[in-house]
Amino acid sequence: MDPMAAIRETFFQECEEQLSELEGGLMRMETGETDQETVNAVFRAVHSIKGGAGAFGLEDLVRFAHVFETTLDQVRAGRLDPSASTMRLMLRASDALADLVRCAREGTMPDEAQTTSLAAALKALTNDGMAEGIGAEDDDDGLGDLNFLPLAVAVEQETMPDAGWVITFRPLAALYANANEAALLLREVGMLGPVSVTVDTSSLPDFGDLDPEGAYLTWTIMLQTDCDEAAIRAAFEFVEDDCDLVISRAADRPAEAGLVQVRPDEDAAGVVADVRVLDGDEAAPASSFADIPSDADVLAIIRKAQESVSAPHDDRPVAVGGGAVAPVAAQSRPEARGGTDGPASRSDSGAAVGATIRVDLDRVDRLIDLVGELVINEAMLSQRVMEAGLARASGVAAALDELEHLTREIQDSVMAIRAQPVRSVFQRMPRLVREVAAMTGKQVRLLTDGEGTEVDKTVIERIADPLTHMIRNAIDHGLEPTEARVAAGKPEEGVVKLTALHRSGRIVIEVADDGAGIDRERVKAKAIEKGLIAPDAQLNDEETDNLIFLPGFSTASTVSDISGRGVGMDVVRRSVQSLGGRISIASRPGAGSTFTLSLPLTLAVLDGMVVSVAGHTLIVPLSAIIETLQPQAATVHTLGMDARVVAMRGRYIPLVDVSVALGYRDAPLDADKSVALLVEGEGGVRAVLIVDAIQGQRQVVIKSLEANYRAVPGIAAATVMGDGRVALILDVDAIVSVTRTERLRGDGLRAEPTLSQAG
Amino acid sequence: MNEPLTNGAEGRELIAFRVGQQEFCVNIMAVREIRGWTAATALPQAPRYICGVINLRGAVLPIVDFAVRLGLPGSAPTARHVIIVTQIHNQQVGLLVDAVSDILTLNESAIQPTPDVASDLVKAFVRGLLPVDGRMISVISLDHILPTEERQAA
Repeated sequence: MDPMAAIRETFFQECEEQLSELEGGLMRMETGETDQETVNAVFRAVHSIKGGAGAFGLEDLVRFAHVFETTLDQVRAGRLDPSASTMRLMLRASDALADLVRCAREGTMPDEAQTTSLAAALKALTNDGMAEGIGAEDDDDGLGDLNFLPLAVAVEQETMPDAGWVITFRPLAALYANANEAALLLREVGMLGPVSVTVDTSSLPDFGDLDPEGAYLTWTIMLQTDCDEAAIRAAFEFVEDDCDLVISRAADRPAEAGLVQVRPDEDAAGVVADVRVLDGDEAAPASSFADIPSDADVLAIIRKAQESVSAPHDDRPVAVGGGAVAPVAAQSRPEARGGTDGPASRSDSGAAVGATIRVDLDRVDRLIDLVGELVINEAMLSQRVMEAGLARASGVAAALDELEHLTREIQDSVMAIRAQPVRSVFQRMPRLVREVAAMTGKQVRLLTDGEGTEVDKTVIERIADPLTHMIRNAIDHGLEPTEARVAAGKPEEGVVKLTALHRSGRIVIEVADDGAGIDRERVKAKAIEKGLIAPDAQLNDEETDNLIFLPGFSTASTVSDISGRGVGMDVVRRSVQSLGGRISIASRPGAGSTFTLSLPLTLAVLDGMVVSVAGHTLIVPLSAIIETLQPQAATVHTLGMDARVVAMRGRYIPLVDVSVALGYRDAPLDADKSVALLVEGEGGVRAVLIVDAIQGQRQVVIKSLEANYRAVPGIAAATVMGDGRVALILDVDAIVSVTRTERLRGDGLRAEPTLSQAG
Repeated sequence: MNEPLTNGAEGRELIAFRVGQQEFCVNIMAVREIRGWTAATALPQAPRYICGVINLRGAVLPIVDFAVRLGLPGSAPTARHVIIVTQIHNQQVGLLVDAVSDILTLNESAIQPTPDVASDLVKAFVRGLLPVDGRMISVISLDHILPTEERQAA
């Protein structure tokens, strides 16, 4: 990846973080947490996105973020009340911002109409005219419009107003590195009242020595305003740590000390540019300051000019593109701090808490592979030591114990690297709830709990779809329409609760609604109508509820916008099962339903039953096994030529001899001389698998067969056992779908074994 | 499989190995390592020339019995057999051979085309013949050594 693309990618990754921060903050505000910290966090998120977007020239994004930011600023300043309707608009704006970011990332066209109408609505909220002025501006003016007037020696005491403030603002390189722009800050100050700004360029090095990403300029701002110091400080709030800032009353400060800085010596290197003196017109500051080019533009121009300077010690200031000396910025290289920028550590103060690094996933996977190998080697070593009779020898056993302990600890730690809180997937749900609620006309509140629960990244990625579908279902089918709720004596607002927790080495995710619960009569009627059950079938409540997982079942009598996607709960169940998980449902009429997902913490490791089949060691995923049994000859019946079924609790379940199915053996085993596993494949298809013996249970690390070979019919993946040999993991779905006791054939199988993606 | 073994460059090295009484060689750049034989785990529905898979530092490595792949009679592998771990495109594959015999320096012009007497199977893998000190060494192309995804009869 070229460096620019990498920087851009980093920006988008940071955008994702800012967007979730934004949404989380807005949701907290919605529930009444309008403390300064939350509001600031929200503001900062939008501000950062805007800053970064400006650097990459993403105009649409900048424009919308700016309007959004202006509205948020009004809330921050206490001029706009964060009412429920305001917050709803803000949340929609954050969705739109997310859309714009996504469009920018993918290079697609955003939904212009939506953005425009939301921007208008946001502006209407602030309705003091100021937002209009800012919103209409165009930041993208080139340097051509810039009227920097180089002055020999500038600031005279009499230009300073008697009342007002003198602000000395010296950005450090970190300020630019954090995607802030001096011009924007100056503009913000300009909104407080008439200002006069001078820039002290005396610390600029010779042009050839100039670090384009350094910071050399000191701005002195004379501001006439009635505002207090706090209001001025607020403008610099986000850069406080990244600049030297002195704010003092003009009257208190005669021309001495700090102000003398603006008087350069006669050396031509010091050029003071009088940026602009503004009049007192309320609307003028914004439009005038809009002419200031963004620092990113300037940065590019300086770089270019620097390349063309041949004489390194040209002591005249070089005129650049019609302008003069301009502020200098660093956009994406925080490490590039100029030597003249004071203590670099100042911006590090906030980084101590929860510091993270971005690591290429391949490297982590490689590490996990290696640690898995280490575990196996350690087990092999132990075995060899035992075989050699050294176990009792001096200290060998103790050293081995120590090694084993360390190895397990390393394995746990490495596995934890891939673990992430489910927050990232939970955070996508509020938006979904808003959309589905709007579509169905229901009032819905989403409650989440246990967002910090950690689970493997791959699992997180793959539970998003089932969760989306379940939440959509909970609102569309689970919750009653508002009138029905009121009639039932419930609050108008329905509640969908999303909970994550760890339970016995697995992650459990619950989606609960307080709706009407499952209408069992209707479900049953539907199942009979679709021919899924016999009309006279006797089902208990649990069995009835579980009918909704059957393929082809849909309770929606009319296909709605939301559910009419040809996706049913059977698909949800299948994707959950493909993750080695299970889904169950509990429903109480009138009180709502709870769907419970139980998933493994990682896809890299699987709980398996180790079995032997015709001299081969195989692993059967524990998640597929319902029970183990010892079939009695009397319960096994032959059907037709050689198909066999087992009678279990009044039902006949197909019997599959694994050794025959895999082609290890030609003649099937006698069922009563072997061990049987009752398993359930996708879609709830059950079968009894016949194996020679069960060796035990253990966790195995899943290894891909496809990486170096290809998919093998009947085999989901492979693993490495303690003796260093490869053992194969059975693809229960494929085995179960073999209805006749014939061998699996390459052409008789589904295209993708379910575990194959995991290795 | 007809791509030049070395992009026309002379002086590349080849690893020569022995299967039965015949000698073969592959580009040394395709060889990752050479290991002793360890017991492989059989794969269901695999062609006869796939011995199974072994654990190569955490990766599952399929082993091709090179003799059987060429249609020669295979023999039960022993500890004296050798696995040549090769890289074919993005896959690693182990070749089970009797022994590694030599390292040769390639002289592309010395390679003679495979004579017409060879079977289609042999022609699919043998790029040409290299005479070395009176020995005849077949230059092997590994592109089609693994079964393709197409149907395999059980």
